[in-house]
Amino acid sequence: MNLNLTLVGQAISFAIFVWFCMKYVWPPVTEAMHARQKKIADGLDAASRAARDLELAQEKAGQQLREGKEQAALIIEQANKRANQIVEEAKDNARAEGERLLAAAQAEIEQEVNRAKEELRAQVSALSLKGAEQILNASIDEKAHAELVEKLAAEL
Amino acid sequence: MAGANPTPSEYIQHHLQNLTFGLHPENGLGFAHGAKEAAEMGFWAVHVDTIGWSIFLGLIFITLFRSAAKKATTGVPGALQNFVEILVEFVDQSVKDTFHGRSSLIAPLALTIFVWVFLMNLMDLVPVDFLPALFMALGVDYMKVVPTTDVNATLGMSLSVFVLIIYYSIKVKGVNGFVGELTLQPFGKKMIPFNLLLEGVGLIAKPISLALRLFGNLYAGELIFILIAIMPFWIQWALSVPWAIFHILVIVLQAFIFMMLTIVYLSMACEDH
Repeated sequence: MNLNLTLVGQAISFAIFVWFCMKYVWPPVTEAMHARQKKIADGLDAASRAARDLELAQEKAGQQLREGKEQAALIIEQANKRANQIVEEAKDNARAEGERLLAAAQAEIEQEVNRAKEELRAQVSALSLKGAEQILNASIDEKAHAELVEKLAAEL
Repeated sequence: MAGANPTPSEYIQHHLQNLTFGLHPENGLGFAHGAKEAAEMGFWAVHVDTIGWSIFLGLIFITLFRSAAKKATTGVPGALQNFVEILVEFVDQSVKDTFHGRSSLIAPLALTIFVWVFLMNLMDLVPVDFLPALFMALGVDYMKVVPTTDVNATLGMSLSVFVLIIYYSIKVKGVNGFVGELTLQPFGKKMIPFNLLLEGVGLIAKPISLALRLFGNLYAGELIFILIAIMPFWIQWALSVPWAIFHILVIVLQAFIFMMLTIVYLSMACEDH
């Protein structure tokens, strides 16, 4: 074997072949590789974005929960206050009503007492008159002594 | 060895001769000077170029993938990791599509076969005289740089696959199952010798066809490159370039076929009927 122009011929062929590969074979391959890299990068990006979104959402949810609790506490407090108020009002009303009833009863009792007194007084005067009439056995001037008897009755 | 001005047939024969190391009956231990001496060395000789190049290319594969694996990140992959991942994903997908058993061996095996055979085939695209001329300058007479054009290399790989086929057959089906598969199909108990012949041929044909398919394609491709190299130097490119471009397809396809058939054979070995 010896070196001759065959080597040059092969060098020419090889150069053309390499050029062909550079031009038509390599670009699609590298493009596919880049596409894959990009896909992975995008995927990782999306994943980290999703993680961040999740964090934000959790934070938001926590905040809303806190707000909700606060509102609930406020409402409960208000409700308690209102309930106390109602109870107080009811107590006041009841007390006033009771007092009113009591006053009415007392007034009625007083009235009854007065009426009874009046009746009693009238009866007593009539009775004392009758008694005096019988004691004296004489005709007594009713008119002249009525004043006396009434004074007596008033002292009862 | 060819003279100063080799005839075309000498040139071709020179290119098709491996660098053989072995024990010659007359000249003793050493490199063979020509095809005749190489043949006289018989079976107990070694094609140093085939072994050397295949180991060299295997080391490239291992180093490349190992370094990519060591530097692998879970983030956006770099160029090398990206490339390696594409290959691994591709092979893994092929294995998953075809092989339904469970084996931690088969995917790495398929990856190794694919990349290694591809790299060995790729040497075919290097012009046929470049590396031989370089080694000639270094004093090495014969140098076949494409290991897959040596039937020893392809048959060696396919026999390894054959051993795995038998190993998995026995492992999955047991000795009885394997023997039964060889003897009781397809015609039942009365035809055991015939069945054995049929199934035996089918079994043996797997590694042989695997090896010869790869060898034949690459050997033919190499031969055509050599034939083109005999033509006048100023016209070589007109044939050499189209053939090289076509060969891009061939080398990838042959590597893929070798890998795919390995997976198929092993999945057949792992399947119970």
